[in-house]
Amino acid sequence: MAKYTIKRLLILIPILFGVAFIIFTIMDFTPGDPAIRILGPESSIEAREQLREELGLNEPFWTRFFEYIRGIVFDLDFGTSYRTNNPVFSDIFSRMPVSLTVAFLGMILATVMGLPLGVYSAVKQYSKSDGFLRVASTVLVAMPTFWLAMLLILIFSLYLGWLPSGGITYGWTSYILPTITVGVPYGSKILRMTRSTMLEEIRQDYVRTARSKGLPENKIIYKHALKNALLPVITTIGSSFGAILGGSVIAESVFNLPGLGTLIVLSIKAKDTPCVLASVLLLAFFFAIIMLIVDLIYAFIDPRIKAKYAK
Amino acid sequence: MSEKLLEIKDLKVQYKSGDTPVCAVNGVNLTLEKGETLGLVGETGAGKTTTALAILRLLPERTGSIESGSITFDGKNLLEMPEEEMRTMIRGEKISMIFQDPMTSLNPVMTVGEQIAEVISYHSDSKEGEDFSVDKRVDEVLEMVGIPATRKDEYPHQFSGGMKQRVVIAMALSCQPELLIADEPTTALDVTIQAQVLSMMSDLRDKLGTAMIMITHDLGIVANVCDKVAIMYAGKIIESGTLEDIFVNENHHPYTVGLFGAIPNLKVETKRLSPIDGLMPDPSALPTGCYFHERCPHCMDICKKTYPDVYTEGSHSIACHLFSKNDPKEETNE
Amino acid sequence: MKMSFRSRKRKENEEFANAYAQGHSMAGDIWRRLLRDKSSVVSMGFLCLIVLLAIFANVLFDESLVTMQNTAIRNNPPSWEHWFGTDLYGRDIFIRMVFGSRVSLTIGIVTMGVSMIIGGLLGAVAAYFGGKIDGIIMRFTDMFMAIPETLLALCVVAAMGASAVSLIVAMTVAAVPGNCRLVRSTVLSIVDTEYVEAARACGMRDIGIIVKEIIPNSLGPIIVVSTQGIANLMLTASSLSYLGMGIQPPNPEWGAMISEAREFLRSDPYMCIIPGIVIVLTALSFNLLGDGLRDAMDPRLKD
Repeated sequence: MAKYTIKRLLILIPILFGVAFIIFTIMDFTPGDPAIRILGPESSIEAREQLREELGLNEPFWTRFFEYIRGIVFDLDFGTSYRTNNPVFSDIFSRMPVSLTVAFLGMILATVMGLPLGVYSAVKQYSKSDGFLRVASTVLVAMPTFWLAMLLILIFSLYLGWLPSGGITYGWTSYILPTITVGVPYGSKILRMTRSTMLEEIRQDYVRTARSKGLPENKIIYKHALKNALLPVITTIGSSFGAILGGSVIAESVFNLPGLGTLIVLSIKAKDTPCVLASVLLLAFFFAIIMLIVDLIYAFIDPRIKAKYAK
Repeated sequence: MSEKLLEIKDLKVQYKSGDTPVCAVNGVNLTLEKGETLGLVGETGAGKTTTALAILRLLPERTGSIESGSITFDGKNLLEMPEEEMRTMIRGEKISMIFQDPMTSLNPVMTVGEQIAEVISYHSDSKEGEDFSVDKRVDEVLEMVGIPATRKDEYPHQFSGGMKQRVVIAMALSCQPELLIADEPTTALDVTIQAQVLSMMSDLRDKLGTAMIMITHDLGIVANVCDKVAIMYAGKIIESGTLEDIFVNENHHPYTVGLFGAIPNLKVETKRLSPIDGLMPDPSALPTGCYFHERCPHCMDICKKTYPDVYTEGSHSIACHLFSKNDPKEETNE
Repeated sequence: MKMSFRSRKRKENEEFANAYAQGHSMAGDIWRRLLRDKSSVVSMGFLCLIVLLAIFANVLFDESLVTMQNTAIRNNPPSWEHWFGTDLYGRDIFIRMVFGSRVSLTIGIVTMGVSMIIGGLLGAVAAYFGGKIDGIIMRFTDMFMAIPETLLALCVVAAMGASAVSLIVAMTVAAVPGNCRLVRSTVLSIVDTEYVEAARACGMRDIGIIVKEIIPNSLGPIIVVSTQGIANLMLTASSLSYLGMGIQPPNPEWGAMISEAREFLRSDPYMCIIPGIVIVLTALSFNLLGDGLRDAMDPRLKD
């Protein structure tokens, strides 16, 4: 397993490098002169030119890109924000905990909700509760995140007055609605995936063998079928973490949380390229880490992969 | 001397998935005595596997249903047994089944040892004494089928097809069942492996005194392994008897004749094999009269109207108008 | 009992002809099975209604009403004159939604189409040539897929400025890698089948195999994924517009309309709720239709 972990970690490096390259290239197309953005439109042409030289903006693309990577790798320097003139890293770092809290709580909620309900729905196929779960999850998957958030605010803060409608000034209760907003749609996705893979597994020959052995039904479901169904479901959980990160950008905006998502939106509107670049890079990095963990869990469950790297 | 172990009477099974029910088994009668091996022969779709699944009550819950009949095992009607008793007392303990494809019938994410241990631990409570250990028994049964016990911690994907089938056999025999149902256990294997697995199965059967139903379409296997033969066509047994009755006797159902005509014979030189013309009838729209009449070279008027009674001579029975006591041909001659 | 060679040959030909005829009515079979599925029929009905309204919007309604402000009737709840009520400038929300559907549907369908063509070609090339080309294309999709889709789209919008075109480009860029992977794995699974091997053994040329075997057989999963992809893209587009990264006011777009209405969530919730319901119903219809198509194409999956 150690060998596999190292191999996956090594793959991570070129991928992150590629991610940085893609985002750097896209952001390089941003029109307008950063010098004007920093110094203001009244600044003199000489001052702008001097700043451009200082920031290295006159260098060719590749030089700037490798300079940027070097800065990150050796000095943890993500550049200076055009908007606040602070180092980007400190701006991002102060906002990261909020985003990660929402994303991880959302993922936990999605898993805790989707996995058991999906299994239940599959086992009770054609029953009323299965019908209800199917309809509910289908509708929830079709709901835009921001609209779900607004409905939750409308019901739980404006009408019932139970929970705050935004900000993080109310402690942990501030996180309840954002977590639901992010978690429930992805929980529904996991539910649908779990249900369909479970239904597929229940029809497999090895389940029939298990039945012919006289095992009790719950053993057949949980020990035999679920363990096999988990493989594709875990992949879905991992890959939907990216969607959860995207969803938390929107949830943060609706709930007005001081997280990376709101920072990205703010920075895009202010054309603060270094800040957008760094924020997206960081979120992509977390996504990559989650995918790595998923791969490791996958290898742990699937003996075919485990065996390949055990020697 | 001999004791009835299993008796199936007038078993009818239907599958309902579309608009018309599919009549897979249409009144099967079978008896099996203790320690005896019955070969259940027929082409694909004749209802062999369905009959086997019906014995274990493992038909797909929503679509398959037993319409009528009785299955008596050890004096008890399995069709009236509560599901719980069926699970704890019958499946895996008294009746085991080996499925056709060893590639898919083992769980890919559990070690073979775990999968064998499961059966033993679920059925061991009443049978064994104090010194019984599940682990030891797993080792025993693995060695019994010729797999070193050291391989029990390996996963199915590390075994070859033949080895997998040995594991399945070990699993099926681990509780010393009274009846083993083997559903084409060698069809998915190489010919050389087939012979090994078959001879191992017959050896184990003789050693453990297990009765066996061998489902196959290979008459060679039947000749090697079985004591009795039943030939199935479109959900009915059309001919049954001892090995001699089927392989030596003169009188046969035309379908049986056709089956034998379709396999190569070393002694008789023929230019072409003679397959049976046509296809088996659609089980959702069975013909009137004898189900075989459309393909039968000896088809008579009565065959199109009524299903033939069973004509019995000693242990040999044939369901065909050709051998009926009031022979229609004789009637017209008189 | 013995059958002459000729009659056997004739029989085989007949069977082959039957099988061939069946193959040709495949689309018909799928259509009939689809019509038997209630939710698919309802979804198709709803989508037809929306598409027709979008196409004939300017015939049925006066386009100037979309942007014309009338403060006298601002924030009016739904009534007979204004089915969905009016917004903060006194514009009729129903009419804005009808014209907005043009934007939302176009964005969803165009993005899906373009990203499926680009992604599909890349995926097919990767699957077909394999080796180095496959490796390069796959490493690129790996990198793109390591970036959460919404974030990638946001970056593109940031670089291009907020507009309908940049929204389409942004979402296309974000959707291409996923489609590329899908097509690649579909094609690979078909190339591996025995029937392709059989075609090859019969001496069929590569081009023939591609046209006669691979394309028809990979079309099914691609159509299903595209149908459901339109729903996802419409949701993403409305989310980006909600964030102010998509269609700019006063142009009507469903997400942007909800964004404009958020200040009135407490006083006039209908302004948010009604457009939201329309978005959900549209996305739901595409999803259900996709499910229905999948079941119709592979009836084994159903029970």
